[in-house]
Amino acid sequence: MAMSVIWTGMVAVSVLYGLWAGNGAAVAAGAVEGAAGAVELCLTMAGIMCLWMGVMEVMKRSGLAELLSRLLRPVLCRLYPDFKRDRETMDAVSANVSANLLGLGNAATPLGIQAARRMARKTPGVASDSLCMLVVCNTASIQLIPTTVASVRLAAGCAAPFDILPAVWLASAVSVAVGILAAKLMGRIWRRRKV
Amino acid sequence: MTLFFQMVVPFTIAAVALWGMAKRVDVYDALVQGAGEGLGVLVKIVPAMVALLTAVYMLRASGVLEALGELLSPLLTGLGVPPETVGLLLIRPVSGNAALGVGAELISTYGPDSTVGRTAAVMLGCTETTFYTVAVYFGAAGIKKTRYAIPAALCADIAAFLAAAWAVKWWFG
Repeated sequence: MAMSVIWTGMVAVSVLYGLWAGNGAAVAAGAVEGAAGAVELCLTMAGIMCLWMGVMEVMKRSGLAELLSRLLRPVLCRLYPDFKRDRETMDAVSANVSANLLGLGNAATPLGIQAARRMARKTPGVASDSLCMLVVCNTASIQLIPTTVASVRLAAGCAAPFDILPAVWLASAVSVAVGILAAKLMGRIWRRRKV
Repeated sequence: MTLFFQMVVPFTIAAVALWGMAKRVDVYDALVQGAGEGLGVLVKIVPAMVALLTAVYMLRASGVLEALGELLSPLLTGLGVPPETVGLLLIRPVSGNAALGVGAELISTYGPDSTVGRTAAVMLGCTETTFYTVAVYFGAAGIKKTRYAIPAALCADIAAFLAAAWAVKWWFG
């Protein structure tokens, strides 16, 4: 339903503002071009997206995600001190992070939900500090190779669609760090306010 | 250095294939099966992209995004963010497909190697659909009191947008 409101709002604003600003003809052309452009974009993105899904399937079958997840465990235990002794929860958390890093979005979400459910058992109905941290970490993107964006750039005629990688990594790292810091700080302020 | 980043993808593909062979995985079969699933994903996003790109092109043509960008331009320019990306900033935490549509439009209009195009690409690459993620996780865990999760997640989003703009300037000069 939320998307209906957003979409209707976008279209209505375009028509009203377009008429008011004297861009009516351009809006009319835009409506037709947009639909055609969408199919064209998806077609040019298709190759690289399919290829990458194939590579990800190889990663999944060969246990690369599990290996990465084992390497991440010690770091993640520091982030979730309340659950560092709960093996199953930490397994789900580290598998979630490794799937996110590799861009296995379809695998990451169920794993994250499993971890969230286990964390919620301790504090039913209320998001504990650990659960807030889990959600904040999942709302920040840590995908190492952002293929969808690269395929959009390729579709627009870019010769080296992956030349943005260092910028993406830096921005992702900053974003995750700020998210973790904000969660830790707000957790402290929140507790003080309640007392 | 540039060559290194150009080689990241072919290197990853080769390394994953070799690793798969070492682990006795039927690499080719997995590759083809995954690619087939990719086609399924694509078929699912085409209808959404048709709807959203129609709205995005109309919005762009009406001039309202430019007006909004101009309105916020002193603030955004002061922070080092190209004001053209204002539409992307607003839609990104709400809808992933809509953000992809807005981003794709920016990238094709300004060019993939322009500052605006690159910034839009990095912004898309370093953020997630925050509100969707929050809804899925808290919904599945039966959480009513979300405490500070949303404000903290939005802090990370704002940091991501600023860092994206700065990182593009740093990396591409």
